[in-house]
Amino acid sequence: MHRRSLLAGAAFALAIGAAPASAQQRTEVTFWYGLGGALGERVQEQVERFNRSQDRYRVNATFRGSYVEVMTGAIAAWRAGNPPHIAQVFEVGTATMMAAGPAIKPVHELFREAGVEIDPKRYLAGVRGYYSDTQGRLVSMPHNSSSALMWVNLDAFEKAGITDIPRTWREVRAAAEKLKAANATPCVMTTTWPTWVLFEQQSAIHDVGLATRANGFEGLDTELQLTHPFFQKHIQFIADLHRDGLFRYGGRDNAAGNLFPSGECAIGFGSSAARAQIQRDAKFRWASVPLPYHDDVIQSPRNGVIGGASLWVLTARNRTPAEYAAVAAFFEFISRPEEDAWWHQVTGYVPLTKAAYEKSKAEGFYERNPGADAAIIQLSRAEPTPNSQGFRLGGMVEIRNIIQEELEKVFQGQQTVAQALEAANRRGNQVLRNFERANRS
Amino acid sequence: MRKKVIFPQIGLPYLLLLPQLAITSVFFFLPAGQAIWFSFLRQDAFGIRTEFVGFENFVELVQDPLYLESLWITLVFSFWVTALAMSVALGLAVLADRHIRGATAYKTLLIWPYAIAPAVAAVLWIFIFHPQVGLLGRFLNGIGVAWDYKLNGTQALITVVVASAWKQVSYNFLFFLAGLQSIPRSVLEAAAIDGASPARRFWTVVFPLLSPTTFFLLVINLTYAFFDTFGVIDALTKGGPAKATTTLIYRAYIDGRVNLDLGSSSAQSVVLMLAVIALTAVQFRFIERKVHY
Repeated sequence: MHRRSLLAGAAFALAIGAAPASAQQRTEVTFWYGLGGALGERVQEQVERFNRSQDRYRVNATFRGSYVEVMTGAIAAWRAGNPPHIAQVFEVGTATMMAAGPAIKPVHELFREAGVEIDPKRYLAGVRGYYSDTQGRLVSMPHNSSSALMWVNLDAFEKAGITDIPRTWREVRAAAEKLKAANATPCVMTTTWPTWVLFEQQSAIHDVGLATRANGFEGLDTELQLTHPFFQKHIQFIADLHRDGLFRYGGRDNAAGNLFPSGECAIGFGSSAARAQIQRDAKFRWASVPLPYHDDVIQSPRNGVIGGASLWVLTARNRTPAEYAAVAAFFEFISRPEEDAWWHQVTGYVPLTKAAYEKSKAEGFYERNPGADAAIIQLSRAEPTPNSQGFRLGGMVEIRNIIQEELEKVFQGQQTVAQALEAANRRGNQVLRNFERANRS
Repeated sequence: MRKKVIFPQIGLPYLLLLPQLAITSVFFFLPAGQAIWFSFLRQDAFGIRTEFVGFENFVELVQDPLYLESLWITLVFSFWVTALAMSVALGLAVLADRHIRGATAYKTLLIWPYAIAPAVAAVLWIFIFHPQVGLLGRFLNGIGVAWDYKLNGTQALITVVVASAWKQVSYNFLFFLAGLQSIPRSVLEAAAIDGASPARRFWTVVFPLLSPTTFFLLVINLTYAFFDTFGVIDALTKGGPAKATTTLIYRAYIDGRVNLDLGSSSAQSVVLMLAVIALTAVQFRFIERKVHY
C-alpha cells in the first residue's frame, strides 16, 4: 500500500517533470468512522479542513458502516497486520479496546511522543472520565459524545393541559396519564437505546453502581448488580407504565428512533445527538430536558453518563513516528475550541472541551437553540462518583443485548421484573467472567 | 455405464482440476480449517492472548439452554420456510404450466424476487409488517389485532418465515415449472382418457413424477433456511424479541462478530458445517438413486 503510493507519487513527479514533490510527501494516515448520513458528512468536512490547514499530513477518512462494523473491521485488520491509524469505536467497546494492550497506542503516550501539549483538564469531566485510565490519563481521544435526554412534544402537552415539564418520574407518570386521557398522541412515551437509558443513565443519575469495582474501572473482576433494589424499583415502575398503556417498547437500540419525531409518541427518551433529526422532522413544538429521576431515591440527581464514540490509535509493525505525529496533529486540531464548538453546534453532540462550551455560550448558541445545552448540564451538574463516571465492562455490547432480551420478556408478560433482573445478572456475569478469562495477562 | 476418458499424461487432468481446487482451498478449506482450529481456542478479540481449551467451547454450547433453544427455533423456522416456499411455488408453477395468455410476463414477474438482496427484501417487508408504518401492521392494529412483531415472539417468527419463504418461492417456481414441463404429455393424456379427474391426475401422475425435483428442492430449501436467511433476520428482528428469532446461524454471527467471542462462534460454525455436510450427503445418496441425468 505504502510502496504503491510512493511509486504512484514517483510516476506522477516524473510525469510533471521537475516539479517539487512537496505535495506528494505528506504523511498519509487512515481514519475509519461509523457515522452515516449527515453526521458522516460533518466528519468529512472537518477532515477536509484539517488537510487544508497544513501541508505536512493528510487524513483519509472512510465510512466503514455501523459502529460494530468499524470495530470488528479494525480488529480484523489489526490481526491481519494492516489496521487503520485511527478507528472510531463506540463507548461500549471501550473495555475491549483498553484490554488490547499492544494493539493500541494510548493517546497520552501519543501526545508525549509527538511533543503535543494537551492538558486533559480541558475536556469536560464526564467525557474525559469515560476514556481515561485509573491514573486519569487519556487512553482514547474523545470524539462524539452525547447524553440521554427526555424529548417532549409541547403541542401534545398543551392539548392535555400540562403546563410544567416533568422533572421526576412521579411527575412523568402524572403527565402520561393526562396525555392518555386527552388522547393527545397515539402513544404516550417510548425510549430508544433501552439499556443505555433505563439502566446505565439511571444508575449514574441515582448514584447506584451498575456493577461492582466502580463499574469495572478498577478491574476485570467486576460483577453486575442488576438485582439491586434500585433496579427492581425502577424497572417495575417502567413495567407498570407499560402495563397501563403509558409506555411503548419500540425495539432494541435505536429502533424506536422515529416514534418521537414523527409525532407518534409525546415523550421520547433518547440521545442528545438526535437533535438534528428532530429539528428537521418534527412538525410540532418540542423541548429537550434532562432525564427524570426518582425523588424518593435521590434529591439532587448526579451527572448522567455519555454515549457515542471515541477515536483509538492502532499500532502496526511498520508505523513510523511521522504517522503517529500526523494522528497527534489531527487530534490537536479537532480539540481546538473553534473546531470543537463547530462540531458541537452542527451535530448535537456535546462539546468535548470546556472552552468550546464557553465559546458556544458567548456566541448565544443556547439562546437561539433552547435545550441544546440540556445534555451538557446533565453531564456536568455534579462531580462524577465511581458510580457515575462511566462503564468499563468487557463484552458490554452483549450485556446490553442480554438486558434488552430479558426486558422484552417482561413486556411480553413472560416473566416478572425480579426474574428478568436475576436472569440478566446471571447471564451478564457469565459474559464478564469469559472476558476476564480471555484477557487475563 | 460410466464413460471413462483416458488422458495420455498424468499431469493434464490435475492441471485442469487446479483452478477449481485453488478456489475451493482459498474460499473453503482454509477458512474452514481455521474455524476448526479456533473452535479449540479461547482468545481475546485481538488474538493477543490465546489459550487452548480442547472441547470446552463445544461443551459450553451443549450445556447452554439458550443454544438448545435456538436449535429448536431453527428447526421450526426451517420447517415452515421450506413448507411455505415449496407449496406456494408448486401451486404457482402448476398454474403457470397451463396455456394462459401472458404466461411469459407472469413467469418473469414471479422470478423477480429472487434477484432482490435479502436486506432489501427485509426492508420491503418492514413496510408491510411494521406495526406503525407497515400496511398490514397498521391494518391489523386498526381492526383490533394487537400486532407488534417487536414484542411478540410468535409474530416475529411468522414475519421472518414469510419474508424468508417469499424470497425462495421464485427459485422453487423455476425448478417446479421445468419439472412440470418435462413430464410427457402422453402420460397425462392417457390418464385423462382413462377418466382421471384433474386433481387425481395431479396427485397420482404429476406429483410422483415431480418427486426428484421436489426432493432436490427440499434439500436446497432446508439449506437456505439454515444458512442463507441471516440477512432477513438481521434486518427485520435482529434475533428478537428476547431470542424468538435467533437461529443457529444468527447466533454464530452475533457471538463472533458483535460479541467478539471467536472461540464459541467457531465451535458453532463447526456444528453448522457438520449439519451441512450431513444434508449434502443425504442429498447425494438419494438423488444418485432417483434422478436420471
